[in-house]
Amino acid sequence: MNRNMERAAPFIFGLVGLGLWQGAVWWLQVPLYVLPGPVAIVAAYAGDYAVLNAALLSTLTVTFAALLVSATLGVALALAMAASNLARAAIQPWAVILQVTPVVAIAPLIIIWVNQPFLALVVCATIVAFFPVLSNTAAGLAATPKELLDLFRLNGATRWQTLILLRLPAALPYFLAGLRISGTLALVGAVVAEFVAGSGGFASGLAYRILEAGYRLQIPRMFAALVLLALAGMAIYGVLGLFSRLMLRRRDAA
Amino acid sequence: MIVVDGVSKTFPNGTAALDNISAKIGEGEFIVLLGPSGCGKSTLLRLLTGLEAPSGGQILWPEGAAGPGDIGFVFQDATLMPWASAAENVYLPLRLRGTSRAETREAVMAALAQVGLAEFANAKPAALSGGMKMRVSIARALVGAPKLLLMDEPFAALDEFTRFKLQADLHDVWRRTGKTIVFVTHSIYEAAYLATRVLVMSARPGRVAADIINPVAEGPERRTAADYTAFVKTLSDVLRKVMPT
Ligand SMILES: Nc1ncnc2c1ncn2[C@@H]1O[C@H](COP(=O)(O)OP(=O)(O)OP(=O)(O)O)[C@@H](O)[C@H]1O
Ligand SMILES: [Mg+2]
Repeated sequence: MNRNMERAAPFIFGLVGLGLWQGAVWWLQVPLYVLPGPVAIVAAYAGDYAVLNAALLSTLTVTFAALLVSATLGVALALAMAASNLARAAIQPWAVILQVTPVVAIAPLIIIWVNQPFLALVVCATIVAFFPVLSNTAAGLAATPKELLDLFRLNGATRWQTLILLRLPAALPYFLAGLRISGTLALVGAVVAEFVAGSGGFASGLAYRILEAGYRLQIPRMFAALVLLALAGMAIYGVLGLFSRLMLRRRDAA
Repeated sequence: MIVVDGVSKTFPNGTAALDNISAKIGEGEFIVLLGPSGCGKSTLLRLLTGLEAPSGGQILWPEGAAGPGDIGFVFQDATLMPWASAAENVYLPLRLRGTSRAETREAVMAALAQVGLAEFANAKPAALSGGMKMRVSIARALVGAPKLLLMDEPFAALDEFTRFKLQADLHDVWRRTGKTIVFVTHSIYEAAYLATRVLVMSARPGRVAADIINPVAEGPERRTAADYTAFVKTLSDVLRKVMPT
């Protein structure tokens, strides 16, 4: 009972919020180009869903490509860092520098350097997204239970055996937690890169539609694109969470 | 024979865990390390694996011993791999030596049967009780038939029934195979039942306070023998003297 209430709470809260919003917009007769109500936003989506859905698909493609590259790159670098202190010393500061540099600041350069717009967007999104996978996987590889490591050494395990049979499986939960954060960051990165690229870029993603709607003062359409973006972010977070729970349950439950 | 020669261990944080320990561990002996909590029993056991060096003194292993697979180790906690089934956990030492699953299936099943877990071969650790996990860990240490078996309070977390049974089984294994066993415990009764020799350690930093040969005749009746009670009393007297007051 209590748990059901807890599950329903965010939806009820959201519905009440939407109702209040719509009511206020009607009551105060706020013009559409200042603040559209939920009804107007849904109507705008219904009137233009083909273009908006295509835009969403385009942004999601960039997001997943970036997430894939982030996962591969993050794990590879984490492995290098776990394997050698020299590699750790060499990689760590650069990873941090890339992480703290605002992608808006370097995106224009990347878009100039990488001629292919899709690739440029993926590169930008990857820069934003790869750090959590890297740092989490590195932490997971470093947190292998000491006694199990002793057991492996005692039985003459090679480094390779220790990596495959112990360290990687032990780091899996950490990797999955990092992947979940990286997933939402990849979306953020893709959108920011699209904004910077504007019409000079791929010119088809959600961010581009938001810009376009803004220029044309199609505010309800702009909001519709924003809502799609928020829903996409939540879906990515939810799906990756579900994925990691299923993986770990399948692995550790009898 | 393993010779422990004036071994000390001080950890980098300054904790002196062991101070000038000397002992000889003969082939086929069942040595029990008995001592209060924190006196360095686990530390000494770890030094005996050779994975870590003492900060003073030395440990000498016999020619050609202490290679991979020669030492079975039972940790104070079960330390199983949570993603692997009981059988896979037991298979691990054999796997690391490059033997295939097929050719070791019988050995793995026999080791599990020995600790009474034959029907739990496919269970993951999450589905096992604390005592069952510990028994898997014991099976893992026995499966490779190591010459030296180091056990750190393996039965402390078990219920009395299982403990009695596993103590008897371990004693059987030792008698049949002539392994050398170094066994850590808090329990005077366990020491008196299992040991050929008891090394009583003093509170931290650990020293050898007494080195006593078990006078009680070996065999299933050991626990009920008349001199068993006397030996238990001797051990508790020694232990009382070394306990911090
Ligand atoms: N890695 C370490 N770093 C610093 N101090 C340590 C370390 N390992 C153990 N010690 C210290 O060394 C002492 C002996 O520890 P040890 O684990 O060997 O005791 P023990 O006799 O096995 O105790 P128990 O019976 O409670 O398991 C303790 O005071 C402990 O705090
Ligand atoms: Mg201990």
